[in-house]
Amino acid sequence: MVTASELLSVAAFDEGRHAQAFPTFGSERTGAPVVSFCRIDDKAIRTREPVSHPDAVIVQDPTLLHQVDLFGGLDPDGYILLNSERGFDELGMGEFISAFQPERVRTMPATAIAREHLGRPLPNSVLLGGFAGLCDLISLDAVTQALRDRFPGKLGDSNTAAATAACEHVRESLTGGVHA
Amino acid sequence: MLEQLEGSQAVARAVGMCRPEVIAAYPISPQTHIVEALSDMVRTSDIDPCEYMMVESEFAAMSACIGASAAGARAYTATASQGLLFMAEALYNASGLGLPIVMTLANRAIGAPINIWNDHSDSMSQRDSGWIQLFAETNQEAVDLHIQAFRLAEELSLPVMVCMDGFILTHAFEQVDLPSQDQVDDFLPSFKPRQMLDPAEPMTIGAMVGPEAFTEVKYLMHAKQLQALDAIPEIAADFTEGFGRESGGLVRSYRADDAETIVVALGSVLGTIEDVIDELREQGVKIGALAIKCFRPWPIDEVREALVDADRVIVIEKAFAVGAGGIVGQNVRLALSGCEPTVFDIVAGLGGRPITRKSLRSLFDEVFEGNIEPNRLHFLDLKKDVVEREIGRTENGRNPGPHAENILRDIGTVASDSH
Amino acid sequence: MAEQQIKGYQTGTFVVGNRLLDPEQRSTQARTERSNTLTSGHRACQGCGEALGARYTLDAAMRATDGKLVAANATGCLEVFSTPYPESSWQLPWIHSLFGNAPAVAAGVAAALKAKGREDVRVVGQAGDGGTVDIGFACLSGMFERNDDVLFVCYDNEGYMNTGVQRSGATPPAARTANTKPVGPEPGNVFGQGKNVPLIALAHEIPYVATATVAEPRDLEEKVERAMELRGARYIHVFVPCPLGWGSASEDTIRLARLVKETGIFPVFEAEKGEVTSVSKIRRHVPVTEYLKLQRRFAHLFKPELNTGVIERLQAGADRNIERFDLLADDEGAEFPGEATDQAGPPESEPGRPVEPDADSDVSSLLRETHGKPR
Repeated sequence: MVTASELLSVAAFDEGRHAQAFPTFGSERTGAPVVSFCRIDDKAIRTREPVSHPDAVIVQDPTLLHQVDLFGGLDPDGYILLNSERGFDELGMGEFISAFQPERVRTMPATAIAREHLGRPLPNSVLLGGFAGLCDLISLDAVTQALRDRFPGKLGDSNTAAATAACEHVRESLTGGVHA
Repeated sequence: MLEQLEGSQAVARAVGMCRPEVIAAYPISPQTHIVEALSDMVRTSDIDPCEYMMVESEFAAMSACIGASAAGARAYTATASQGLLFMAEALYNASGLGLPIVMTLANRAIGAPINIWNDHSDSMSQRDSGWIQLFAETNQEAVDLHIQAFRLAEELSLPVMVCMDGFILTHAFEQVDLPSQDQVDDFLPSFKPRQMLDPAEPMTIGAMVGPEAFTEVKYLMHAKQLQALDAIPEIAADFTEGFGRESGGLVRSYRADDAETIVVALGSVLGTIEDVIDELREQGVKIGALAIKCFRPWPIDEVREALVDADRVIVIEKAFAVGAGGIVGQNVRLALSGCEPTVFDIVAGLGGRPITRKSLRSLFDEVFEGNIEPNRLHFLDLKKDVVEREIGRTENGRNPGPHAENILRDIGTVASDSH
Repeated sequence: MAEQQIKGYQTGTFVVGNRLLDPEQRSTQARTERSNTLTSGHRACQGCGEALGARYTLDAAMRATDGKLVAANATGCLEVFSTPYPESSWQLPWIHSLFGNAPAVAAGVAAALKAKGREDVRVVGQAGDGGTVDIGFACLSGMFERNDDVLFVCYDNEGYMNTGVQRSGATPPAARTANTKPVGPEPGNVFGQGKNVPLIALAHEIPYVATATVAEPRDLEEKVERAMELRGARYIHVFVPCPLGWGSASEDTIRLARLVKETGIFPVFEAEKGEVTSVSKIRRHVPVTEYLKLQRRFAHLFKPELNTGVIERLQAGADRNIERFDLLADDEGAEFPGEATDQAGPPESEPGRPVEPDADSDVSSLLRETHGKPR
């Protein structure tokens, strides 16, 4: 998750914008719940406070839904991208999610897509690609550029493929009007 | 070149370009990413020649730096929090011997209770150790200050601590303009030690000094620190000339020319404070800020000049002197002794508690409305009900148990939450 | 810095390791060109074993490195008596930093020299027993583990003498110190588990570990020379009596250093890469009481009445060393008429015994040559 926000900040930087990414400064262990933030702006970012009113929330691990207040401070016109093979209704979030704009909220099987392209259940790149498909806060080109910078060679190819597939997956669901 | 990267990586790259010859470090969060990166750079000969010493403690890290520096090598280390305390004895030794060691301090709270998050209690605990203490507001400034620090240290033969907020800066990805090796080489000449362990000219370093001379040796330490008050702005000016941007110096004012209220702070919180100042300025509030870039030596004249025309000064600091009050606040009051401004001491951001714009806004409102007593320590966002419940438990029970655990149970949150 | 050359009397006939020898066979101490690294004028006590140990060690190291040597010194007697500001007895580049960090400072010096391509300059770290086995122990172990190119020398006088003779981790059981007085049910220092730093050094499997005493400077010099032939972490533990702290006569310093070995209390050995390569055999095995009774710190074991229980425990410790290190010469079973203490002159408290050193020992053959027959 920390990597995802870092990559998002790099993607925004590659687009010529200012970005600031930072974790919730935990004593990080693989497996511990981690929140990380990314601010993107056209001017220099000075504030250092945590993001309390996000424009978008990307959830890598849906098992956290019941542990942490994931969507606190998110306005009804905010974006939600949630890693799950199930839809919001199946997850019991139907009523909650109905307060948001339908074209701004999606679930996607990011872990499955990651397995398909990377061979490992690491959904970072997939979620970033999906996020680029969900909104215009970041472009797919910038995401794939950031991925290639971070992961040289074949690993960059597979991550790029995963992100691209994810982006298409979300875009299809948007144009098809399917609430994936 | 402008890059988007983690603060620790940026600082490691900058330190590498300063061509350290000996790096001795012991891992402690949140310093680890810096020294890991430097270890890589030594292994791949990106820093060459350089010896990276994997020492067994911070005490050994500083001690090895002392030996290396005395042997004429440019020496560097990094630490935080408990690590700084563990090397405390050696810190005083390095400054007493006048060895130009540069250290990054990734500011972190001091326990107990153990806490890995940011505040300034570590650097403040060593404010009188004889080290120059510079504070970075951003990762750009952290990079720039390291380059300046080596030059400053070696010009004066004094150790320099570059303080950068742990996690908030060290782990933040943001854009940094990294200089070229040529730029750094032009700015930072090779190390010419004032004293050196050299068989060609044997010298005794660290002799015992008795009452007949100790005062004079200590006076010279003080005098050298005061020289730094001249050297720091000069070096910062040189830096601007060579690198095309302003970084460092002693203090920096923000929208303070006509300010009735000036907020004083150190480090990364100034960004958040400036955002709040802009909001208040839009509403016509005459408020500005003063960034303390150099806390030791204390730039008393510059601070007075910057604050003397204000009505009130709000000092926001991430540490305090237990049982006494504010630390930066006391220094500010010293600078303003006999002057008009009323000084408010606010301790904030302890152990990583976020200092939010919202909290700062309401703090300033409280100050404007006269609800905060000046010259007394005020804790920003203190959970008074929690404190009072625990005080109650302490009064009622004979064995109430440890405060920290009681309060955690009371609040019912886990440390890894986003607060 | 003006270097003080040694005087004629400092290498004359009566200087250790000199008597009647050809110049090239003389000890470093007896050579006219020795560097006199710790020169005269320092303020050590009469009969200070540490001053002797440091001079023997550093002169030998200076000779071995052709004068290209740097020393890092821990706080302690050696540091204090050698550098009363603005004077210094050190005729080599020397740094004192703190009590507990000499191994790390020395390692830092070595790292700097390596980075600067000056590996021809060698580094010695030195400390008393407090700075080695107690407060400096973590730094020492770290220096060993990293195999830093440092020779670390411990001058062991078995206590915190600089602060007024308090107990250290190297203080022997039953010894009286300022904070282990002969009062209460267990007079003197308690019987702990001991802290044998030479063996701990051995367990690090560093290139070289040796023990030595100031009674045998030639042995010490050879060990320093061997150490300087090697690179990496090396450790020499030198036993140095302290007349002030032990309540011994200053003229007994050498005798005590001899007796501590001859009793088996202090095994003298050397080791490379974790394997013991040689031990100095006991030439005349004597009971521990011979050693103990010369020191007021053990007086409570003899007066008002003999504390046989404690003495037996101390003897058992020495016996264990003898067995463990195989310290007895093969012919030790026979009546061995060696005189353990005669190098500092004939003891006044004991009748002289005929000298008939161990024929297998290099040192003994030298002794035979130099000392001739018993006086």
